Amino acid sequence: MIEISNINKTYETGNKALKDINIQIADGEFVFIMGRSGSGKSTLLKLLLKEAEPTSGRIVVNDMNLQKMPRRYVPKYRRRLGVVFQDFRLLKDRSVFENVAFAQRVVGASPRTIRESVPEMLKMVGLSAKYKMLPRQLSGGEQQRVAIARALINRPEVLLADEPTGNLDHQNAIEIMKLLKEINEGGTTVVVVTHSQEIVEQMGGRVITLERGRLISDEVKGGHSDET
Amino acid sequence: MRLSTFWYCLKQGVKNICRNIWFSLASAATISACIFLFCLFFSIIGNIQYMVQHVESTVGITVLFDETLPEEQILALGEQIGQRTEIKSMNYVSAQEAWDTFKTEYFAGHEELAEGFADDNPLAGSASYEIYLHDIEQQEGLVAYLEGLEGVRQVNYSNTTAAGFSSFNKMISLLSLVIIGVLLAVAVFLINNTISVAAAFRKQESQIMRLIGATNFMIRSPFIVEGVLIGLMGAVIPLIGMYFLYTRTVVYLMERFHILSNMLYFIPIEEIYPLMVGVALILGIGIGFFGSFFTIRKYLKV
Repeated sequence: MIEISNINKTYETGNKALKDINIQIADGEFVFIMGRSGSGKSTLLKLLLKEAEPTSGRIVVNDMNLQKMPRRYVPKYRRRLGVVFQDFRLLKDRSVFENVAFAQRVVGASPRTIRESVPEMLKMVGLSAKYKMLPRQLSGGEQQRVAIARALINRPEVLLADEPTGNLDHQNAIEIMKLLKEINEGGTTVVVVTHSQEIVEQMGGRVITLERGRLISDEVKGGHSDET
Repeated sequence: MRLSTFWYCLKQGVKNICRNIWFSLASAATISACIFLFCLFFSIIGNIQYMVQHVESTVGITVLFDETLPEEQILALGEQIGQRTEIKSMNYVSAQEAWDTFKTEYFAGHEELAEGFADDNPLAGSASYEIYLHDIEQQEGLVAYLEGLEGVRQVNYSNTTAAGFSSFNKMISLLSLVIIGVLLAVAVFLINNTISVAAAFRKQESQIMRLIGATNFMIRSPFIVEGVLIGLMGAVIPLIGMYFLYTRTVVYLMERFHILSNMLYFIPIEEIYPLMVGVALILGIGIGFFGSFFTIRKYLKV
């Protein structure tokens, strides 16, 4: 469960990125956060990743109050989240296998665990045959699949995707969204930040819209949710 | 820490070096130059101090006693003096020994001239103690003490020699401190530069690591390993060079300046080298560790 209560975020420059935001996301939900550039959606994602602190308000993720979390627990908290970016952020000098294994290595997984879980994850995203390839040898859609595999390898409870289809053509974008849906059906809570109305309409589901830092709508499959 | 994590950090550190091979080599070369200079000064200063100490140990204090003082009392005074902690060694020279030495030195080849004195010792009443100190700086205090003793007629010592050696020693120590300090600062600056470049090069990787839950330790370790390995390389290369340079220089100087052999005393390589190795390794690894540790702290935050 993600609980965002009365969140305000004002940057040091005076820019009010978020104004009194209240959102609740249940376990296993699939949610789109929509908005134009500057609407505050990236700031919201940063707050969830604990890359930035809110000016006021409270964020609770899986019973962990982020504002009260000591710094030394932040890495452990982040291991319970998966994150996917628009620009994939793959390591260019490492193979597909190494990119996915990287996420496990940095959290101290044993070589045996890595040997077992990486091929399984690559199979899930449909890249088993390309495990030796470098990112530059893959298409945009395939690179995003590698990024998704890397985000999921540590079995996170929540997957945060920041414009995951922003650099992809329509066909690839739909395939990536279908993959995210599949992941969600496996029980992972998925939060997708996007500005693409087309993708949202095609996929359906809950859509939270931000505009100039304010939450202006929270629709579930075309209808408004009860609260928020 | 798991063994696999340790190997991972080590491997990444080595990879970092290979990725920026020219920068890494430049840093290692500069640290090598610094440590080589350090070893050079270390050898020069160490040997100068060794020679100074040797000369110091030959500069002694001679205590002469009242001519009428019986030998038993002189020996008793000697025992009292011998309890002073600043004294390294002392020899008692009886009047007879003094005369024997004098005869050997001044009547060599003309022993018949000394026969005229027969049993009459012209140096009777010249019994003395020759005193050598641990540290020549303590000479003044001891002389004051000796002059205050009852039964002591005269204390012979060289005030200017003591002062000269003390100030020479101080000057060398100060000079070495300044030079080593400057070299250290240069080396830290260089390692700082290399790690900054490596951190910039791996910025995206570090960001990804951070977001997927790597600890600070895990993010920083490869850079620290890189710094330590560069420091280690920077220490080992000049140490190998110094070993050959030192042994050959000592042999050369001893042969070339054979005439000064009673003044030139060099620390044997087996005595100076282990100390040099220890200090150079600590220096190299220390520069690498602290240089990279503080640099990387600046770049990577949770």
